[in-house]
Amino acid sequence: MSSQLNAVAEQINGIILGKAHQIRLALACLLARGHLLIEDVPGVGKTTLAHAIATSLGLRFQRIQFTSDLLPADILGISVYNRDTGGFEFHPGPVFTNVVLADEVNRATPRAQSALLEAMEENQVTIEGETRQLPLPFFVIATQNPSYQIGTFPLPESQLDRFLMRIELGYPDAEAERALLKGDNRRDMLLRLQPQLDADGLARLQLEVQQVHASPALLDYLQALVNATRRSPSFAHGLSPRASLALLHGARAWAYMDDRKHVLPEDIQTVLPAVVTHRLNPASETTGTSGSTLAAQLLEEVAIP
Amino acid sequence: MRDIHWLSATFLLAAAPHLLRMPLWISALVTVIAAIRVLQVRLRFALPRKWLLALIAVAAAGGILLQYRTLFGRDAGVSLLVIMLALKLLETHSRRDGMLLGFLGCFLLVTNFLHSQTIPTALFMLICAWLLLATLIGMQYTGIWPGWRQQLQRSGVLLVQAVPLMAVLFLLFPRVQGPLWGLPQDAYAGLSGLSDNMSPGSLNNLILSYDVAFRAEFKDGKTPDAKDLYWRGPVLWDYDGRTWTAPRLTQSNEDLPETGDLEYTVTLEPHNKRWLFALEFPGQRPPRAIATRDMQLLSFTPVRSRMRYDMTSAIGVAYGADEDRSVLARSLRLPATSNPRTGNFAAELRSRHREDRDLVTAVLNLFRTENFVYTLTPPLLGEHPVDEFLFETRRGFCEHYASAFTVLMRAAGIPARVVTGYQGGEINPVGGYILVRQADAHAWVEVWLENTGWVRVDPTAAVSPARVERGIASALPRSDPLPMFVRGDFAMLQRMRLTWDSITYSWNQWVLGYNPERQRLFLSQLGFSEASWQTISVVLLVFAGIAVLIGAGLALRDLRGVRADPAKRAYERFCRKLAQRGLPRGAAEGPRVFARRATQQRPDLAAAIEDITALYVGLRYAENSSDAETLRRFKQRIRVFKP
Repeated sequence: MSSQLNAVAEQINGIILGKAHQIRLALACLLARGHLLIEDVPGVGKTTLAHAIATSLGLRFQRIQFTSDLLPADILGISVYNRDTGGFEFHPGPVFTNVVLADEVNRATPRAQSALLEAMEENQVTIEGETRQLPLPFFVIATQNPSYQIGTFPLPESQLDRFLMRIELGYPDAEAERALLKGDNRRDMLLRLQPQLDADGLARLQLEVQQVHASPALLDYLQALVNATRRSPSFAHGLSPRASLALLHGARAWAYMDDRKHVLPEDIQTVLPAVVTHRLNPASETTGTSGSTLAAQLLEEVAIP
Repeated sequence: MRDIHWLSATFLLAAAPHLLRMPLWISALVTVIAAIRVLQVRLRFALPRKWLLALIAVAAAGGILLQYRTLFGRDAGVSLLVIMLALKLLETHSRRDGMLLGFLGCFLLVTNFLHSQTIPTALFMLICAWLLLATLIGMQYTGIWPGWRQQLQRSGVLLVQAVPLMAVLFLLFPRVQGPLWGLPQDAYAGLSGLSDNMSPGSLNNLILSYDVAFRAEFKDGKTPDAKDLYWRGPVLWDYDGRTWTAPRLTQSNEDLPETGDLEYTVTLEPHNKRWLFALEFPGQRPPRAIATRDMQLLSFTPVRSRMRYDMTSAIGVAYGADEDRSVLARSLRLPATSNPRTGNFAAELRSRHREDRDLVTAVLNLFRTENFVYTLTPPLLGEHPVDEFLFETRRGFCEHYASAFTVLMRAAGIPARVVTGYQGGEINPVGGYILVRQADAHAWVEVWLENTGWVRVDPTAAVSPARVERGIASALPRSDPLPMFVRGDFAMLQRMRLTWDSITYSWNQWVLGYNPERQRLFLSQLGFSEASWQTISVVLLVFAGIAVLIGAGLALRDLRGVRADPAKRAYERFCRKLAQRGLPRGAAEGPRVFARRATQQRPDLAAAIEDITALYVGLRYAENSSDAETLRRFKQRIRVFKP
């Protein structure tokens, strides 16, 4: 991993304790130019993580708190009549930034959720017929509460598919929690964070990630995995080509962070749960098998060619 | 739980035909046991203990012994099997038990064929096999259950995949003449057909049977008129005043006249007797059969499976002009005391007609002109049945007329005998053959005339010409009971019935009738002339072996990845070496993860393992590094690698 990335990771590890793997995944997701979904119960540090990532990378950061009365204009911006100039003036919404933290994204109505959708997929927004480019890099970190909590609009599958990875932070272990309790206020620590990178630097890294080599043997493995989800009766439906691409990009980023110029099957295996869990459903609703069980089962069943 | 439901349901389905046939107590016991098992899964009460099950099993076996007087044989054996399987259902705890029950269910399924081999049975069993297979498949799912749709679909695919194998085995599996192991005697109970004796009322039961006696297909479609279709069966000589019986069959192997110009093929249903039916008079002997002096065709053994033979016949001729005196004497014998009025009447006729021919004509005219009625429900006859019939009741069925006519002839000194068999038949335009049912059973008379020989006389035809010209249905009053459809009142039903029968005929012909002869014919067409069953077995085994080898080769190719690049193959050699030392690599284990695990367990090999893994990873996954030199070095490292 480049020294800058290393420093970024170190810095975030210092704030979110005991979650090195998830932080690495989040960075890999960013390097692969994908959007990240963090799903967990409130209070495990989702927002803190998003904030820390943005600050450490030296990116502009905006936070949108999603609520049930959030309107698309609250995300994208609005044109207001200016009496001085005698014309309409566009006031960009919070989405015009590098890192958007969409907090509790499943609390908003589908209408507000889909406003974010175009931005995520196209890196542009269309307001009042006018298409405006978003700054680059553009990275959405959405957090959501587990959908069994009340007052949530679960994201539709089409929207879930647009997140490259979905991670869960989970509770810290006893040791990490003790350190957290003993340590400084996280909010103060966030304020003290120094940017280790800037937007141009990140763009350069992202370009390098794309150069990581994926050999035919590796692509064989990737295709075997994807085909297994399409053929096996355990899955309601197979992985989409977009998921295949996500898997490859994620694995490339992971290999890059491991200082390699080529992807290994292990890279795919490492990122696969985060990449596919939110895209897989069990064929039978009744068995209660979750996406993560399915992902583990998939990894176990498909041999490396 | 799901599996138990499936097992219980498929078991009951497979046993259903048996349950309908068995004594009520067995069917009830089996159904109750299956219901208990299903309820048990729902309500979760404890299954019966072993000793209780053993007790029930012994009691049931005792019950079967009492019912059938044996534990063996078809019916008793199948009952025992069904009960034991039902009890096994109560004893099924693990998956292994379930699998066992599934396979035993397949066996139970096959026993259905001991009773019936018709198309509906075959279809029903195909469905049962499909469900059984689905049950067995369902038991394979330990975790996620894909649903019954998937289960049935997969089972169906498996069945379809088995079709070529089935066809090959059907065509090539060595066929043995007759059943491979003798079917138990009771398997032939309930076959209906003509018997070797006839008394008033004995044919009536047959007439009510809708069962097929045989089918005949005439060559070139030259079907004779219905009135000429006399299918000869048992010939009855001896009369005790009431019952006609056939003599103990003499094995004399008569030369047949060989004048037959009518060629046809008979497909005879099993009737557990030795008669083979042919139009009179037969011109040749079927294989494995003899012909008697009185022109009966007798198979060497009772006909217990469907039989097919080619025949030629000459119809409308007489034979045996030079008949033996002793034979003629026998066909004049009458019991001294019975039917005195008939005797007197015969004497009176004799005095009026000097010529035998005139006398025969006179009696036929009598039947025709006097008030004789042809009916299936004649009044009962007393001590002198022929007297009562001729002079009082005058209502009778073909057997009454044949009997009375023969007695009259004998009393008048003309040699005569009763011939039973079938008359007419139904032409099936769909299949182009004649269908003869038990309902077509008939009795007629043969008289011996000087210089001519034995001549057929049918007194029934004199009374009711419609019987021989248009069949039984048109000859009987409408109030007489007849099996459904025989009258053919509904044209469409009639048509459907005929179509179905012609399908059955083809099934019998091509599927059930595929016997050793046909197999030999088929094989000789393939180029294996004169193949014995040993040769067939060897050929079959060789082909099966080759097929298995190819299949295994393909499977191994997939497993081993023959198409894989040399680096992969060398790496697998390396993995095998480690596996021999108790360090197998999981199929989904990446090279670096495996290397880490291996070095943890064998730190002494750490350097070599890491070196090889690095080379492998470079060769297989990195860019532009699979040059020959590195590959050679990689292979060399693995060669010298000695864990």
